Amino acid sequence: MFSRKRKITVICLAVGLAVFANGCKKKVPPPPPPPPPVKEQPPPPPAPRAPTISQFSAEPSTIQRGQSATLRWEVSGDVTNVSINQGIGTVQNAGSQRVSPNDSTTYTLTATGPGGPSTASATVNVTAPPPPPPPPPPVAPTVTFPQRLERDVQDAYFDYDKSDIRSDARDALTHDAAALKSILADFPNASIIVEGHCDERGSAEYNIGLGDRRSSSAKEFLVQLGVPGDRLKTISYGKERPVCTDHDESCWQRNRRVHFSPEQ
Amino acid sequence: MKKLIWLAIAAAGGLALLAAQDARITIVGGTKPNIAIPDFRGDSQAQPLMSVFNQTLWGDVEGSGLFKMVPKTMYPTTVPQQPSDFRTPPPAPQQGRVRGGQQMSVPQTGGGLWMSDWSSPPASANYFAMGYTAVQNGVFVLRAWFFDLSRDTPAAAQVIGKLYTGSVDETGARKTAHEFAADILALFGGKSLFGTYIYFVSNRTGHKEIWVMDPDGRNQRQLTRFNSTSIEPAVSPDGSKIAFTSYARGTPGIFMFSVDPVRDLHFYNQAASVNETPAFTPDGKQILYASSAGGRCCRIFLANLDGSGFRPITSSSFIDVEPKVNPKTGGEIAFVSGRSGPQQIYRMNMDGADIERLTDGTGEASNPCWHPDGHILAFSWTRGFATGNWNLFIMDVASHKYDQLTHSEGRNEHPSWAPDGMHLAFDSTRTGRTQIYTMLSDGTQVQPLTTLGENWTPVWGK
Repeated sequence: MFSRKRKITVICLAVGLAVFANGCKKKVPPPPPPPPPVKEQPPPPPAPRAPTISQFSAEPSTIQRGQSATLRWEVSGDVTNVSINQGIGTVQNAGSQRVSPNDSTTYTLTATGPGGPSTASATVNVTAPPPPPPPPPPVAPTVTFPQRLERDVQDAYFDYDKSDIRSDARDALTHDAAALKSILADFPNASIIVEGHCDERGSAEYNIGLGDRRSSSAKEFLVQLGVPGDRLKTISYGKERPVCTDHDESCWQRNRRVHFSPEQ
Repeated sequence: MKKLIWLAIAAAGGLALLAAQDARITIVGGTKPNIAIPDFRGDSQAQPLMSVFNQTLWGDVEGSGLFKMVPKTMYPTTVPQQPSDFRTPPPAPQQGRVRGGQQMSVPQTGGGLWMSDWSSPPASANYFAMGYTAVQNGVFVLRAWFFDLSRDTPAAAQVIGKLYTGSVDETGARKTAHEFAADILALFGGKSLFGTYIYFVSNRTGHKEIWVMDPDGRNQRQLTRFNSTSIEPAVSPDGSKIAFTSYARGTPGIFMFSVDPVRDLHFYNQAASVNETPAFTPDGKQILYASSAGGRCCRIFLANLDGSGFRPITSSSFIDVEPKVNPKTGGEIAFVSGRSGPQQIYRMNMDGADIERLTDGTGEASNPCWHPDGHILAFSWTRGFATGNWNLFIMDVASHKYDQLTHSEGRNEHPSWAPDGMHLAFDSTRTGRTQIYTMLSDGTQVQPLTTLGENWTPVWGK
């Protein structure tokens, strides 16, 4: 019950109030002083509420592997941070994000605030696509590899007992380089043989050597123009494989050549 | 035009003379003795083989180039078959008294049974061979004698008296004839070619393959069956191995085969676009060849017989091919090179030092082949003719003096000396297609050896 001290305080207060009230009316007594603040534990403030995740969805919720879905979310209330896992990270309170998971993935949105975190999940189901149809059969090439060589790559010719590339041979081989590059690209598994030949007049033994120099010379020229050297092989036939056998310069010149043939 | 100086070279202990002022490079020369060889006869079993026998005996003796053969048309009518067939001529008649107007006739000739019948005109032979054959116990037997007709009596004249045997067939007949002829030749420092072989290239099967035949063109047999292009044969000094170049595995590579049995000995080729023109050293222990290994074609390499241990001998950046080692000294190499322009023939030491050009720089020269004595090279050259028009030449290496053996009877290339140092084999287009011939080194006695398909590059070995 009231302490003694308190009782005296109350009585004093009451007397004071009566005197004051008497004074103010015509002489109303002065109002009593306000009571001193109550030294009591204030009641706790009302607890703040966690953020409200009004929306967190994946649209569409099922996709095929390789396709994408859109996550949409909206968070309201007392929010300090919104983030989505699966590598998305911090996001705005409201927004959308395109995702393309490889496999079925559940995204979790976490909204934190003074009232505590809220989470929501949205799942994107990923289904394996049906197997692709087989590619249509390749269209048979209208021109075979040997035919391409014969049609597009011309022989180059040499002076007697020489293996250097003279000017008409330079033109021929320059033209050939472009054709060879195209053919080698179209037939990725093929190799081409650069054959060196001679006319009938030198000795057979020496001509095998001369034919080899001619094919090496031509190959070197072509490689410098960008034809892949590992796809060109050289061989000398000396005078073993003439294209004509007349004993005149016109035939001899036709035999002093490099010729391009398909590797079998 | 420079004056050609001719040199004479003595045959291996033979009868060729050294002519002083008219020095010409001849292996065969001087006066040849006359030899008479009548047909031998055989008993009833042997006689069917005697045509072959007589042709072989005559051919070997004539083919040696050491004798002048007395034609059979000049022989006496009666032919002795053994020394005891000879008769002694009667003593010369005294000055006869004429009786009844008639003079006693004394036979002037023995009809063939006197030695003088053969040494006098018309036969005028210096030497005489005789004999007969029979089949005895299933064996073909030849009894043969060789007489020096300058001696007085058969006993003194006999130089060879010998018995030879063989099988009862043409092979046996040839064999005994070859052996008797070899003994005759040996008396005059000649070497029989019986038992030697000529390796060559033929395309008669549709592909160039390596073949072999006897020096008279008989017994032609195919050795390789690659169905590719196999060329450039070489034979080891002991005759047991051949090396050659073939496209059988793609680019030209060297192969080595044993000859008997015919078997690949698996020569190791350097990784190169060209390995060609193999040749054996005279000791038979190493091989030389041309290769594009390590750069452009070609340098000359020396290697072991299996191809290992190779090292380059020439270092030029020109085409060096066809190395051939001096068979007598083993110390120098003749080879073909384009280092001064068109192909010419050079020589150098075994280590590649002392390179010297032998041909004079005109035309093109090729196919050097050393004479067994190591002083002379046979080769082919276009000198004096248009490019591609090859002829055979021989040259004394020390002096560079040369002699021309063929004169544009077609293209004549790839000369190869026989072991007797007297004969050359070569190929020629003189009848249109390329065929193989033999001849004496003075250009005479040209004999064709092949007719089927085309045939090239004879190599004459043991």
